Amino acid sequence: MHGMRLGYRFTVPALALLTILAALPLRAQDWVRTGTNLGNEKIRLAAADFKPVSADPQTPTLKAAFDATLYSDLGNAGIFDLVSKSFAPQAAPGTPQEVSLAQWAAAPANAAMLAFGSLSVANGRVVVNGWLFDTRNTANPQVLGKQYNENATEDMARTIAHRFADEIIYRLGGGINGIAETKIYFISSRSGSKEVWVMDYDGQNQHQVTHLGSISISPRVSPDNSRIAFASLGSEGWAIRMYSLELGRMVRFPGGAAGGSNQSPAWTPDGNRVAFSSSRSGDPEIWIADLNGGNLRRVTYFAGPDVSPTWNPKTGTQLAWVSGRTGLPQIYIMDQEGANIQRMTDGGYAVSPSWSPSGQFLTFSWNRKYGPGAPGGQDIYVMDIASKRWLQLTHDAGSNDFPSWSPDGRHIVFQRQVGGQTEIWSMLADGTEQHPLTQAGTNMMPNWSWK
Amino acid sequence: MNRRTRIMVPAVLLVALISLAGCKKKSEPNLTPAETAPATAAPEPTAQITAKPGSISAGDQVVLSWKTVDATDVSIDGIGKVPTTGVQTVTPSESTTYHLVAHGDGGTAEASARVVVSTPPAVAVPTNTMTAEEEFKANVQDIFYDYDTYDIRSDAQSTLSHDASYLDSHPSIKVVIGGYCDERGSDEYNLALGQNRADAAKNALVTAGIAADRIRVISYGKEKPFCSESTEECWQQNRRAGFSMDQK
Repeated sequence: MHGMRLGYRFTVPALALLTILAALPLRAQDWVRTGTNLGNEKIRLAAADFKPVSADPQTPTLKAAFDATLYSDLGNAGIFDLVSKSFAPQAAPGTPQEVSLAQWAAAPANAAMLAFGSLSVANGRVVVNGWLFDTRNTANPQVLGKQYNENATEDMARTIAHRFADEIIYRLGGGINGIAETKIYFISSRSGSKEVWVMDYDGQNQHQVTHLGSISISPRVSPDNSRIAFASLGSEGWAIRMYSLELGRMVRFPGGAAGGSNQSPAWTPDGNRVAFSSSRSGDPEIWIADLNGGNLRRVTYFAGPDVSPTWNPKTGTQLAWVSGRTGLPQIYIMDQEGANIQRMTDGGYAVSPSWSPSGQFLTFSWNRKYGPGAPGGQDIYVMDIASKRWLQLTHDAGSNDFPSWSPDGRHIVFQRQVGGQTEIWSMLADGTEQHPLTQAGTNMMPNWSWK
Repeated sequence: MNRRTRIMVPAVLLVALISLAGCKKKSEPNLTPAETAPATAAPEPTAQITAKPGSISAGDQVVLSWKTVDATDVSIDGIGKVPTTGVQTVTPSESTTYHLVAHGDGGTAEASARVVVSTPPAVAVPTNTMTAEEEFKANVQDIFYDYDTYDIRSDAQSTLSHDASYLDSHPSIKVVIGGYCDERGSDEYNLALGQNRADAAKNALVTAGIAADRIRVISYGKEKPFCSESTEECWQQNRRAGFSMDQK
């Protein structure tokens, strides 16, 4: 009798624990999927190869670039269950008259929505006609019809695909703008020194922006895409510097240099002010200045590093940042006057916060087991600010840092170091669909443009 | 029937375990002191010591790192009594073997590390053979920090007072202090931490009487590391305030 009671006591909690463990990962990701507009149901969408309707020799090249980009943009969006190209009916429809919706609605495609159209090249121009049809609404299937006419280059073929993809994503994704035309600014040492670089959101079209020959870090693009703020090493230490994307050269930022370390700039959502870390008072603290250097003021007052501010893009009145005031760095939030300080992380080594566009979440890099002699994993996390509930997004894959939200809130770009190599990766905000955007050299500190 | 058996198996095992434990307890008083001795014997200590780099020019610094286990009393020849685990910089003027002896309840362990010094002994006074830069390096030594802190360690206090007395007697020399961190953690946070480290070293020199306007401070964070391996030894080398002559 005694033995039997013990047996039950061991079995019942074990079963309960197993049930909880099985249910946890699903529930854990659900709140992130809902909060980041990824949703829990994906729309079954087919993207047909576009029909070439011109004899110009450029046609196949531009069509290949367009088809590949459109398919990849829709796949990257995070809200579609994209029909594999091998399931598509054989004939590519070029016009609404040529499309057989029943074929696309039936197995194996089972598409609820279909994107299709035509591409032609003539007299140095590429013309694309694109449609989005609801396969089950045979009476009135058209959701979207668009025409694009641009210079006949591969870059423009990709740009048209980005625009058409963003139209589809906006229409089917709850009115949230797509990110296919956004940019990612980052640091690369490919030229021999650490400079600011830029690439399309999908890793295409990478090129160098600054040519300073020093060490530059932490690029942050202004909300209107007109300037990049970053930090560079000079003879008096680190200064916040500005590059004008409109003028194609460096411009002044009067409050940015003061000796010591001035670094990790962060734009307010209206683009009028910059928060940054400065040691001008003798200790690295968070400061805020207008773009012309006016209204410079200090907002933190604790010994130890205070660094890496990020504004709440929804309100423009709160900041999250990293402070070492209690020892290992932790994530805190405060209002812009420096009041209402709240510690968000409960231990470990937490750095590099980025605030979600909705204002609801933080993403940051966290090593929950940090300590001497026992280096744990530095991974990307998402935290719901109100509840402090968190979800780990990367697991057992290198050292991960500098997460940055996409403007649609559905994606996060970050840096991953494996061995001696650091590259930039992208993923959905629930941690799925992780893929590298850079492959060669050292590439780090990505920053996603605001639009 | 089947279900009942499944439940019973762990129960039977448990009962067996409890009774085993009971047996052991009961038989303990019967053991003679001789039989219990091996079980309570203190473990034999172990000791390791490294010196990096292993060969230097006279006047250069060497970082000694040592680690002992199960030792209570540790000493290094020529240095004396030291903590059971530690890091210290030395500037041997001639080839030296650092011999560490660790005494513990379970015995004694020894370890040694040799540093080969390649040029004639350096002296702390100006000679015709040393440039100003070499002399500075021989006399103003870097200090090291514990991980993720910028507190001046006790072993760094004596280095700093030596550094300060040299700077005090050479008032024309200006100095740049670089703040460095190990490769772990975030670039931005380490840059701020490196700033705190370099500023802490500057403040110590200022407290020791060196004019603040003779000292320039730059944080390098994780940039420009001294050592690039992912080992604790290497990380220790990189957690430093580095002193150099300001040529600006």
